Amino acid sequence: MKAAVLRFPGSNCDQDAHLALRELGVDVDYVWHKDTSLGGADLIVVPGGFSYGDYLRCGAIARFSPIMPALKDAAKNGAHVLGICNGFQILCEAHLLPGALIRNRDLHFICEHVRVRVENYETPWTNAAVTGTVLRIPIAHGEGSYTADAATLKELNRNRQVLVRYVDARGAVTADANPNGSLENIAGICNAARNVFGLMPHPERACDPRLGSVDGRIIFQSVLARLGVKAAA
Amino acid sequence: MSQAPAITPDIIAKHGLTPEEYERIETILGREPNFTELGVFSVMWSEHCSYKNTRLQLKKFPTTGERVLVKAGEENAGVIDIGDGWAVAFKMESHNHPSAIEPFQGAATGVGGIIRDIFTMGARPVFSLNSLRFGPIHGDDAQAKTNRRLFAGVVAGIAHYGNCIGIPTIGGEVYFDESYNGNPLVNVFCLGVLRHEQIARGAAKGVGNPVFYVGAETGRDGLAGAAFASRDLTEESKQDRPAVQVGDPFREKLLLEACLELLATDAVAGIQDMGAAGLTCSTCETASRGGTGVEIDLAKVPKRETGMTPYEILLSESQERMLIIVHKGREQVVKDIFEKWDLPYAEVGVVRDDGMMRVLDGGELAAEIPAAKLADDAPVYERAQKPRPLPEPLGELPAVDLQAALLKLLAHPTIASKQWVWRQYDHMVRAGTCALPGSDAAVFLIREANKIVAATSDCNALYCSLEPRNGARIAVAEAARNLTCSGAVPLAVTDNLNFGNPHNPENFWQLAECVDGLAEGCREFGTPVTGGNVSLYNQSPAGAIDPTPTVGMVGLIESDTHISTSHFKDAGDAIILVGEIGDDLGASHFLHVVHGRKAGRVPVLDFVKEKAVQAGVLAMIRSRLVKSAHDCSEGGLAVTLAESCMTNREQPIGASIDLGAGPADALLFGESQSRIVLSCRASNAATVLMLLGLRGVPARRIGTVGGDELSIAAGDEKFAWPTADVCAAWSGSIPQAMHA
Repeated sequence: MKAAVLRFPGSNCDQDAHLALRELGVDVDYVWHKDTSLGGADLIVVPGGFSYGDYLRCGAIARFSPIMPALKDAAKNGAHVLGICNGFQILCEAHLLPGALIRNRDLHFICEHVRVRVENYETPWTNAAVTGTVLRIPIAHGEGSYTADAATLKELNRNRQVLVRYVDARGAVTADANPNGSLENIAGICNAARNVFGLMPHPERACDPRLGSVDGRIIFQSVLARLGVKAAA
Repeated sequence: MSQAPAITPDIIAKHGLTPEEYERIETILGREPNFTELGVFSVMWSEHCSYKNTRLQLKKFPTTGERVLVKAGEENAGVIDIGDGWAVAFKMESHNHPSAIEPFQGAATGVGGIIRDIFTMGARPVFSLNSLRFGPIHGDDAQAKTNRRLFAGVVAGIAHYGNCIGIPTIGGEVYFDESYNGNPLVNVFCLGVLRHEQIARGAAKGVGNPVFYVGAETGRDGLAGAAFASRDLTEESKQDRPAVQVGDPFREKLLLEACLELLATDAVAGIQDMGAAGLTCSTCETASRGGTGVEIDLAKVPKRETGMTPYEILLSESQERMLIIVHKGREQVVKDIFEKWDLPYAEVGVVRDDGMMRVLDGGELAAEIPAAKLADDAPVYERAQKPRPLPEPLGELPAVDLQAALLKLLAHPTIASKQWVWRQYDHMVRAGTCALPGSDAAVFLIREANKIVAATSDCNALYCSLEPRNGARIAVAEAARNLTCSGAVPLAVTDNLNFGNPHNPENFWQLAECVDGLAEGCREFGTPVTGGNVSLYNQSPAGAIDPTPTVGMVGLIESDTHISTSHFKDAGDAIILVGEIGDDLGASHFLHVVHGRKAGRVPVLDFVKEKAVQAGVLAMIRSRLVKSAHDCSEGGLAVTLAESCMTNREQPIGASIDLGAGPADALLFGESQSRIVLSCRASNAATVLMLLGLRGVPARRIGTVGGDELSIAAGDEKFAWPTADVCAAWSGSIPQAMHA
């Protein structure tokens, strides 16, 4: 099993994602956005940051990077693709995931620990949890308010593609627990084939007890289990 | 050359140069300067670049120590050994004047500038802090509205730059006081990590080596910003808006990665960022440090606009630019890396052996100045000083409602929760933040080095305004105390001296006194000053700011089991006060906020006692006997205890306290020094008290964690505040002001 972390100009969570995977014992490489091959990686992380400065619109320029055709092919061929924060925005812009991420409700950048509830454990990304598990993971974004048209939303719910929602300490979906105004408190979704997952929270920042939470490991451990790798403790 | 204005006394005065300074220029050149050269001298000899008013004062600082690898003044930032071949480069710098005029870009480019100072040293920047000061933000008057606009703009600017470049902003301080009306302070701190052998130097070594310009194109922004920062802010300052630079954090992220990639090769002979005074400063300083000359041709400089004169190109402070001296024959390495990162670059000159900073414009001579004299022979002034009288002792105070006073103090923006601020900063990127902002010090796990570093910035300017020397001594002690409470040993200091116009003898006396106080404190704690910044002329038409010598202190935490936080953990835990209880209200925030007085003597600081308290607390933390440690500062014990009840926002908890006999107001709100509040398992309380007693450190149990109210018995009075009320006052204050 090989993993790759993409690097766009302006990516800034690439090293954190690389570290999180490495510490779980994964063989992981960086792939530069000007490359055109993913080197046969089974797991590809599109990391957070400000690709191309997030000028124009978050992720809007990155989708035209030379590496993107390879990423689309890989996704089509069943490779597992994880988009975190700016990576989620890029995946939406590239139409690998439906919907879009717009400015936070209060227009401020927000960085804080939030709680998200696992909505469906029968996926490559959540199989180490049970449905209803609440994860404490940080967010850090200015444009993380998930939106989609009514038909898309209906489809996402019907297919159980919403994998995590913002919840309060008791695990309830409430307006107060929604940090950014996302529709139906959506924090992360996968595609219909379940091999592409995007989320605004940063699981790579919640993999070390010294940082206050290890709940992010559940996402990585799930996908590693799916790929037949036993994650290092 | 294009038609440059003739040099007249008026032109000289407009450049902020005195007739004597102009004579000195003529002596150095042996002729009259041309207009471009005059501009070059004016920025290089501004206070911002030359420290001409403060150089003699700065000599008082202790600057050496066994951990010091790069001393103050040697390079862009000091470098300190943290063991196992690893080092940290760190520095604090101000962007006060630009932020007063254009808060968003002023603050953003301040962050950009300090980050460049760090990676110029070859270090990877790992976190930032900031120390901010504004006028009061509550109220409907025009001044409060302006202050809110400045506060919101500065915070947004810092967030914009730091978040985008991916360097976490993990702590700092924000004060609000009338003296900062019209003249906010924006002091930014950055720390980076590197191996000892990776230290890069800003010297133009090797005659014949090519000089490269890399990074963003030069435009007309920030023209002569260093000179602008070296005069008073006035009503007309708004017209200086072109002197404020415009930042592009995306460009800087690329520049950062490209420079670190380049520095990892052996192609670089010297590197210098273009900060204050831009191309001028970087060329003459690299030449001066290298003992060489540098010749550049402005026609080769990448430009954003056409028709720029040599004067404009040399004095532009466009951001995200670096000057790199490359080993001859290794030019291709530079070209490949900067092409990979899609950044402009150009070979603009060459290192010469004649000691001159020679500037050509399309081959024609535009300026020719002896580099070392320009960089190092700025005039040095010892300004007149006039002491201010010591503050009068406090008389009898009118009775006030102490129950309401605590809530009022907690709601004062200086003390209130700054969550509104740091929620806007990405404080968790780089996966190393071990203590969230709001703790006594920032604690960061540097993955590359597997080292845990703590850092804090402190300065109680209220103390410094009343007794500058004691205020500065306390600033150092408090910084060390904050590090101690986080489990760290203090290593070194960077400082940012923010004062008013140095030509005012009272202002200059304050500065000299504060420097003496800082120097004494740094000697006491064995923390050399490794660099920093001076910002003078911090005055609005209403007068000078309170003297604000901000102390940025860096410490090392030996083991992750020593990381300590300030909030109470579990019901039933014992609460212990380390240090003497004190009954002194002088210079307190209580007096200022509740009685409306900035008055009284500053609390006494005895370094022997202070160091004993800190050593004792650190020993307790290391023995893992204590569960929380919190420094007692602004607002006194009552505020300290309330903060320990609240700073874990997700689980506030109450406490019941008995402070014993004495006047209730002073027991609750006095700011006696050398005090730390600990909590520990109740069964460990006797051991902690015994161990501290053996060290001769005064300590006593003052209460117990638990319940849903903070209750305090003080003297003959008993108070109780529901935790929810305390939280509401503390958490709600800044958001209410800002959403008003």
